[in-house]
Amino acid sequence: MASVHGALLDLKRLDLLARGGTSLHRLDPRAKVLATLVFIVCVVSFGPYQLSALIPFFIFPACLIAAGRLPAGYLAGKVALVAPFAVAVGICNPFFDRGILLHLGPLEVSGGWVSFASIVVRTALTVTAALTLTALTGFAPICRALVRLGMPKTFAMQLLFLYRYLFVLAEEAGRASRARELRSFGRKGKGLASYASLLGHLLLRTWQRAERMHMAMLARGYTGTFLAAECGRFGARELLFVLFWSALCIIMRLYNGAELLGSLVTGYLS
Amino acid sequence: MSHHILEIDHLRHVYPDGTEALREVSFSVCHGESVAVIGANGAGKSTLLAHLNGHLLPHSGEVRIGHVPVCRTNLDEARRTVGMVFQDPDDQLFMPTVYEDVAFGPLNLGLSGPELQNCVAGALRRVDAEHLAGKAPYHLSAGEKRRVAIATVLSMSPDILVMDEPTNGLDPYARRQLIGFLKDFHHSKIITSHDLDMVLEVCERTVVLSQGVVRADGPTLEIFRDEALLRECRLEKPLSMQGCPVCGT
Repeated sequence: MASVHGALLDLKRLDLLARGGTSLHRLDPRAKVLATLVFIVCVVSFGPYQLSALIPFFIFPACLIAAGRLPAGYLAGKVALVAPFAVAVGICNPFFDRGILLHLGPLEVSGGWVSFASIVVRTALTVTAALTLTALTGFAPICRALVRLGMPKTFAMQLLFLYRYLFVLAEEAGRASRARELRSFGRKGKGLASYASLLGHLLLRTWQRAERMHMAMLARGYTGTFLAAECGRFGARELLFVLFWSALCIIMRLYNGAELLGSLVTGYLS
Repeated sequence: MSHHILEIDHLRHVYPDGTEALREVSFSVCHGESVAVIGANGAGKSTLLAHLNGHLLPHSGEVRIGHVPVCRTNLDEARRTVGMVFQDPDDQLFMPTVYEDVAFGPLNLGLSGPELQNCVAGALRRVDAEHLAGKAPYHLSAGEKRRVAIATVLSMSPDILVMDEPTNGLDPYARRQLIGFLKDFHHSKIITSHDLDMVLEVCERTVVLSQGVVRADGPTLEIFRDEALLRECRLEKPLSMQGCPVCGT
């Protein structure tokens, strides 16, 4: 269960990063959420064969990581964790889509490979942006920002509880699994059957915990709505941040920055 | 005039599976009194505590707070008056940060702005946890979690503090620190515990539960001296009252 434990520690690190003191950290979460949303919508709205136009978008996470003094290597590692999923989604494209789309000198690149690369780059972009947002803001402030931007409160509550009890549940599961391992002496134990029963127990325990939590909430006057002290102000700095990044993303969506730069350079050289 | 603030009167509770967890429990707690409820596993302690703030309602008998019986219509008032600290702090700390968790109760009571801030800061100060305000509950150690859990209840200014196994799982330092806090709180307190040494230090009165009935109710020291009673109830003298393990004196 070392891997689960390690993953949890990593999540905690993401939380700790969110407590940094740079001006980006201090920005109202709503501004960061809005800018990231615009960024993600722009990135995913590209057609399947557009690849070069995506490259300039890396400027958004790169600037935030630099200005927020976040550890780029650590975030890259997190993105790499998600990469296999993107590869799994796109890996069939090169086999089905064999029409030649690009000539790189003597190398002919099929449409399938281009769309595959496009999927991987888009995943890298969106996941990096989401991770950067979390590392700059923290999970709970993002949820609250989403509520203030109009997301139903019930969703936010679900997300917050999920995040809070993820740690407790994973630790419980880790302990149970370790106990099973210690008594199965390198054999399979009872194989899947013992895991099924372990999962069942975990579910029941979670249920009991949910009941106790509800009791704790009722004991402190919970009546069905989550009240939160409103804080944070959407001021000129926030507005400027959102306007700047939204405008840049939309411009990069409308004009292919890489191509423009390329033609500029080749025009200059010729 | 009686100054009883919490009265438990012929309380009986039967679980849906037919287990009679409480058969006949009666005692009362006065203003400022510190009472321990002790007993073996399955004696009915947790069931009793669940009645004190109306999480469970009695099959017969009553729980009265300030002479008003707890029933479905006045649960809110009962829950404000009786502050419950749970055995597992993870059940109690469910908000993203310590500050928000401590503010949860007062917010529900209608506090806001500077009043809320003062209330939360005050509660955290009382358990020496001001520096933890911005932290997430899962980043805390067991001792810190326990102190914060107590602060979440103190912030609602309850008249009676109810604690289930407060010293469970604490290291000696954190336990000693907690005992210090408990001695300083001049609330009415009801504490269940198997840590009888802590009971000896914190509670002047002890109620012994056994198989759903009150077997004894009196000054803590007197009860702990009655070895026959303790043995019958599957308990034993606190370690500090037993002889030296080396020389026997």
